Amino acid sequence: MGKFWSLLFLCVPVLGTAMYLAGMYTSSGPLAMWFPENINPMAEEIDLLHDIILALSGVVFVATGLAIFLFMWCYECGCNKQLAKFVHGNHRVELWWTIIPTIVLVALAVYQFKVYADVRINRPMMAGADGVKGTADDVPEPASFEVMGRQFEWRIRYAGEDRLLDTPDDILGDVNELHCPTGTVMVGSLKSADVLHSFFIPALRLKNDMIPGTRQIVWFQADKIGSYEIVCAELCGWGHYKMKGRFVAEPPDQFQAYLQRLREKQFLREYVPAPPQPATDQVALDNQPTN
Amino acid sequence: MSSTTVTNWPAENEPVVERSSFGTWLMTYVFARDHKIIGLQFLFSTLLWFFVGGMLAMAIRWQLAWPWQNMPIVGPMLFSGEGGQISPEFYTTLVTQHATVMIFFVIIPILAAAFGNYLIPLMIGAEDMAFPTLNMCSYWMMWPAFLLIGTSFFVPPYGAGAGWTSYPPLAALTESSPGSGMAQTLWLGGVMFVGIASMMGSVNYLTTIIQMRAPGMTMMRLPMTIWGMFVTAILQAFALPVLTAAAIMQMTDRLFGTGFYLPEMATANNSAAVSGGGQPLLWQHLFWFYSHPAVYIMILPAMGMVSDILATFSRKPLFGYRPMVLSICVIAGLGFVVWGHHMYTSGMSPVLGITFAAATVMIAVPSAVKVFNWLGTLWGGRLQLTTPMLYAIGFVSMFIIGGLSGILMASTPVDVVIHDTYYIVAHFHYVLVGAATMGIFAGIYYWYPKMFGRMMNEFWGKVHFALTFIFINGTFFPMHLLGAGNMPRRYADPYHFELFADMLPLNRFITICAFATMAAQLIFVLNFFGSLAFGRRVGRNPWNANTLEWSAPSPPGHGNFDFQPIVYRGPYEYGDPTCERDFQPQTEPSLDGKDRGLAHA
Repeated sequence: MGKFWSLLFLCVPVLGTAMYLAGMYTSSGPLAMWFPENINPMAEEIDLLHDIILALSGVVFVATGLAIFLFMWCYECGCNKQLAKFVHGNHRVELWWTIIPTIVLVALAVYQFKVYADVRINRPMMAGADGVKGTADDVPEPASFEVMGRQFEWRIRYAGEDRLLDTPDDILGDVNELHCPTGTVMVGSLKSADVLHSFFIPALRLKNDMIPGTRQIVWFQADKIGSYEIVCAELCGWGHYKMKGRFVAEPPDQFQAYLQRLREKQFLREYVPAPPQPATDQVALDNQPTN
Repeated sequence: MSSTTVTNWPAENEPVVERSSFGTWLMTYVFARDHKIIGLQFLFSTLLWFFVGGMLAMAIRWQLAWPWQNMPIVGPMLFSGEGGQISPEFYTTLVTQHATVMIFFVIIPILAAAFGNYLIPLMIGAEDMAFPTLNMCSYWMMWPAFLLIGTSFFVPPYGAGAGWTSYPPLAALTESSPGSGMAQTLWLGGVMFVGIASMMGSVNYLTTIIQMRAPGMTMMRLPMTIWGMFVTAILQAFALPVLTAAAIMQMTDRLFGTGFYLPEMATANNSAAVSGGGQPLLWQHLFWFYSHPAVYIMILPAMGMVSDILATFSRKPLFGYRPMVLSICVIAGLGFVVWGHHMYTSGMSPVLGITFAAATVMIAVPSAVKVFNWLGTLWGGRLQLTTPMLYAIGFVSMFIIGGLSGILMASTPVDVVIHDTYYIVAHFHYVLVGAATMGIFAGIYYWYPKMFGRMMNEFWGKVHFALTFIFINGTFFPMHLLGAGNMPRRYADPYHFELFADMLPLNRFITICAFATMAAQLIFVLNFFGSLAFGRRVGRNPWNANTLEWSAPSPPGHGNFDFQPIVYRGPYEYGDPTCERDFQPQTEPSLDGKDRGLAHA
């Protein structure tokens, strides 16, 4: 029976590794899932860091799993006719297996500080009073859009021509739809109207909670034209799961055209009565989420 | 049994008091002050809640595999209003109550209170806990918690649904969610009582372990189980008051209009704005200041138990006893300064996040040291693959997975991506369901003969292990892939997102494995109760183990030992080639008189 049990434990590293490899390298099938495509060049190092840690921990996972298998295979009392080794430990071995993980982990910690500083701490700056970027009087770039979480939707606003939020020329965006120009560093401001939400765009590797009473500043750059999803990642009530938004990355000229359309909608729109809708649709939307 | 029996230690040292038989029964089995009865009370209560928490998990898995389908059998009974399907409101209640029950009513009390109560006096050679009445109170303080949280499940319109983390404003504003009314108040009350019960227990454990060790039982001769319990009690004693106070503060925010956690003019769903002036993040700091150490409260006792079991059935000394003790202490110490790693994306200062990341990554070092020492214990042994041993090795295997995925979560930039996705669900379930539950089962199979004087059936125990091990891995390993695909947690239906639309087949597979895990527990229930009546009767030491509890009768009577235990050596002297047998109980002096133990007493 010792062989059976050791083989059962061998399944853990073997099948575990196989499942991870299937997730990473298959393109279809039930296991084909991995990090979504990243379109944010500022966050590329996050994926690299993840892969490094995954590789290191994968090695430890396989090595320790194999050790369990080998020890069970070799030392099960049915097969091992020798006396048990009467040892209480080994000072030198203890030192090695403390020091090596410490060095590796400190190295990882220092590397991740650098990555984190890029994506989350060193806020993009712009030229200050002297008009030259990169000098001592640089000021933080102001947020050019605002997302407000609300049960259960995302309300969007863009800065107007003065490039500042909370001024009279702010542009009201479409609910649940955030547009941004490609190839530009965007700074945004997050806030909440009621409870905690978490603004999560997987394609940008961007996630930050929205807290009522405070503003959060985030930044990113979208480099690929397309339409991506906004996800809520903090439990915000019964409708948490349907707090879906759309993030549209488009060329700068199209983005400007979009802002212009929004302006027109806001100020020039004439009253157009909405076409009558069958009442059942609304009920169906509330109660019957699509599968 | 033992040649060192010291006289004047009567087996029944309780003065015989004339009482009515009902009164005797009541004081012996209900308002018991004997640590063993209290331990068993905790064991049976927590196992019952284990079933409840498991069934809640099954409902969650049903929804994720067959969203909005009518639940078979129980669906029409529970939610006739929705035609038998789980409503999104009820789904948030499910995830909240599943976590609450499993954490506060199962894993913490079964490890710290059931095993702690039963084993601490026996393993240190004491006749009972230091404060038996306080011990009784600690159990009966759980009942208000059981009732309050149990009731909060059924309060209309929906049970508490703000997550077990109870983040305000969702939890503090009555209008923000259907479950944030009366149900949330009851829930908070329940958490307060759990806190009080655990604090009572922890001061008792600390006093007992420090004051009541048998002659010769120095701190460095304590079995790892006791070290785990000791450090856990320290964690509980210092961290729990914070949670209890924080829960009271949230209660006053809800009931009396204070403003600890609600910002100025906070409102939800068009409710009247509150004056507020507080900070939602304050709750998160206070909550995680307890709840991160709580993670170690849920794993350190299991680590200790597994260390004992591994050494016993490897028939060789535990590898590196001192490093094991030190690493438990380091884990606990660092455990107090890492709570912020739950809050990397919470809006807390990112610079602060970096300091928490450094401390968190360092916790991997003592954890790795423990794993390597467990492997070192297996190396070169003569492994007896009994049921408890298999569970103990299963613990190590699953703890490795849960520990390694923790390094990914600890790294701030990576956590930004996988925070609040199924990655974290996979991670903490590997630590709690994988490791802690494996440790719990190992402990039950191992100490069952001591508790009841009978063995559990080995064959069915092994079948139970094989099925549980396979299906727990089948349930939680694929969740790493869901997490890599960024599927968020606490979503009643993620499939209407393009990102998650193709995750349904894997979720079905996970659900089937979860159902199979649950079904396999039937074997355990039958084995547990069947063995009470039909198990093979055993003597004091069926496993040929060294620690003190195996020198006492099985089951031990009131006062535990029928002799004065004197400890002559550490707990792991297995396989000494100079000895006749491959074990040397701590209470037996060696024949050549080479013991140095009493000098330290």
